[in-house]
Amino acid sequence: MSTLPMVEPAINPVEPFLRTDRMPHIWCPGCGIGTTVNCFARALVESKLNLDKVAIVSGIGCTGRVAGYMRLDSFHTTHGRAIPFATGLKLANPELSVVVYSGDGDLIAIGGNHFIHAARRNVDLKIICVNNFIYGMTGGQVAPTTPVGATATTTPYGCFERPFNLPYLAESSGAVYVARWTCFHVRHITRAMVEAFNKKGFSFIEIITPCPTLYLRRNKLGDSLDTMRYYKQKSVIKNGANTKEVEIALGGEIICGKFVDIERPTLGQSMNMQLSKSLGARYVAPGGR
Amino acid sequence: MKANPAGVLTGAHFLDGDQACCEGALAAGANFAAGYPITPSTEVVERFAARIPTVGGLFIQMEDELASSIAILGAAWAGKKVFTVTSGPGFSLMMEHIGLAAMTETPCVFVDVQRGGPSTGLPTLPGQADMMQARWGSHGDYETIALCPNSPQECFDLMIDAFNLAEQYRLPVLFMMDECVGHMTEKVVIPPADGIEIFPRRFTSLPPSEYKPFKPGADGVPEMVKAGDGYRFHITGLTHDEQGYPAMNWREQEKLVRRLVEKVRKNTDKIVRYEERDIEDAEVVVVAYGITSRVALRAIQMAREEGIRVGLLRPIVVWPFPEKHIRELSEKVKAFVVVEMNYGQMVYEVERCAAGKARTELVDHGGGTVHEPEDVLKAIREVAR
Amino acid sequence: MPEPPVSLARSRKHRGVVYIDWDRCKGCGFCVEFCPPKVLALAESYNAHGYHPPHLTNEQGCTGCDLCGLYCPDFAIYGVRVPVETTEAEVRANEG
Repeated sequence: MSTLPMVEPAINPVEPFLRTDRMPHIWCPGCGIGTTVNCFARALVESKLNLDKVAIVSGIGCTGRVAGYMRLDSFHTTHGRAIPFATGLKLANPELSVVVYSGDGDLIAIGGNHFIHAARRNVDLKIICVNNFIYGMTGGQVAPTTPVGATATTTPYGCFERPFNLPYLAESSGAVYVARWTCFHVRHITRAMVEAFNKKGFSFIEIITPCPTLYLRRNKLGDSLDTMRYYKQKSVIKNGANTKEVEIALGGEIICGKFVDIERPTLGQSMNMQLSKSLGARYVAPGGR
Repeated sequence: MKANPAGVLTGAHFLDGDQACCEGALAAGANFAAGYPITPSTEVVERFAARIPTVGGLFIQMEDELASSIAILGAAWAGKKVFTVTSGPGFSLMMEHIGLAAMTETPCVFVDVQRGGPSTGLPTLPGQADMMQARWGSHGDYETIALCPNSPQECFDLMIDAFNLAEQYRLPVLFMMDECVGHMTEKVVIPPADGIEIFPRRFTSLPPSEYKPFKPGADGVPEMVKAGDGYRFHITGLTHDEQGYPAMNWREQEKLVRRLVEKVRKNTDKIVRYEERDIEDAEVVVVAYGITSRVALRAIQMAREEGIRVGLLRPIVVWPFPEKHIRELSEKVKAFVVVEMNYGQMVYEVERCAAGKARTELVDHGGGTVHEPEDVLKAIREVAR
Repeated sequence: MPEPPVSLARSRKHRGVVYIDWDRCKGCGFCVEFCPPKVLALAESYNAHGYHPPHLTNEQGCTGCDLCGLYCPDFAIYGVRVPVETTEAEVRANEG
């Protein structure tokens, strides 16, 4: 053993954000959700947000469990309804930074209607969509993001539906910030999250993540490490790409980057502007009570 | 505490039930509503949308009832006093979030202006066929409180009570109107703000290190908190412990869900409310609620003129059901005549509580219009024989 | 939790240490794969769950970049930069 003095023991940068009394978490070995949580923690530090004013809302699913593990005001809501809950929360207290952290099935299948409307209205929410192309928690059913040909328990002979192209869906619905990264791109994810936190409006970050136990195993795609290597090799960074062209095929190229970063009034701003214009001095802004 | 004058439209007005319901919410201090248009309830939120920007608060029309029913829960956890409004088909859609509100003990009010059903049914015509759904509609075990107004005045008065009960017991309260009461126009007197008693939200004064969102007080109800105050709390629909953390085992289920149902069951005596007319010497008791109670009154008048000793029992709080009182009455009276605008819902409760000691007759009606007093009179005559 | 293995290099180039939570690790291998100086490897021994956590193969090579920490899905490892000045002072103290 060294005779040199010890370094002051530091703390894992993610630790202050975890409900350590609930560790270890339930995610499988090699699941990418934990990796995204690391990025989230570091992004919260970097963006210098007041953590008492950050609220995290999740739906149901493996990614939906993130809210329960974060030491923030957190809400584990019903399947698909994280976004409207978050909308109520944000409208009621605009001081809050509201993050919706959920999976592809929760946000886009059952939650699809709420997703497009919140994007249309530009509700000031930060959507972290962890996309593992499957319904993990319930055992590996097909999702609206599952590529054609992939096997899932409810498409045992291969998925035959064209999947959603999430960045395209987000952009065309009106999101003001749209980015996609894979679990490999940890520094980019962190930076994207910081940008989203500082952005006013509906910000959408899709993170392609491995689900080793179900999606990868059933489709004989190797283990999580193989998939991370695949992300590294087959991803192409194209900032500003046309979101129409970023569809993902099974085993195909993954186009990553920041695709959309525009400005337009948020729902809260538009509401205030319109009501002030119509009512003039009679308008009582909702803040007070 | 007294009502905030900003929302109180003091004075004598000519309003329909929907409008009065909105004014009741405003007087109670509601400052956030989300809704989706559905006949015959839409006027409630239309009026709220027009009134709230000058009172202080907001309304948002969401993309469907699923979104409306959970947006209000989000707003409640940010500290707002919230409600939503719907009718039958929307009520069915909202069931999941009534359950979430019950499980997370979120104070809120759900208004159901009942119409003919099932399914799309009779959108513009009355019904009273959601009564059992109000009690059992969401999956799992839970208790809610449901009130049933029978006039626009009651739509105002009882809405304030609904919000007060929601805050007192930290749960969703259901406001079961019907299309008739909702669309009839009558005099509604709104008192000055200092004449309206409001039960304030029981925010905790404990520091974050000690506060537990689901640790009950002596009355079985935990204290509330809101996002943004540094409490770093967790709310989940999963079975949870006092900390709010998921705890999915039978012990925590027993501890939590039993407390949720007992919150209402153990306080039933304090919550139950009913109106009685001509009960003292009655041999026959007509049980009716909502608009049907007014038709029943006419039938009772006609029966009294024939010499039949009949009275009215009108549950105002329908859930929890006035079980104790029905049991007491069943010892004294010959029969109950249950008049409702459905094919039999609350009659089962009456029959259960009467336990065979008094006969129970149903005068049913599928909705679309109210009963004819003659039909009620026939039943009264039949059981009085 | 036992005292984590802390190592300081005797060389001026050394710039980092890692801390490993032995029992949290699930042996996914991300840290080993993505460590830029390639100084991590899965240990021969295993933890209570049967997984092989990583260990530093070359204590002098760790740069403290914390990429391992960023990747770890189980929050079982993190890297810390050691200021170069500290390292030089300690080296002089050792030699002196």
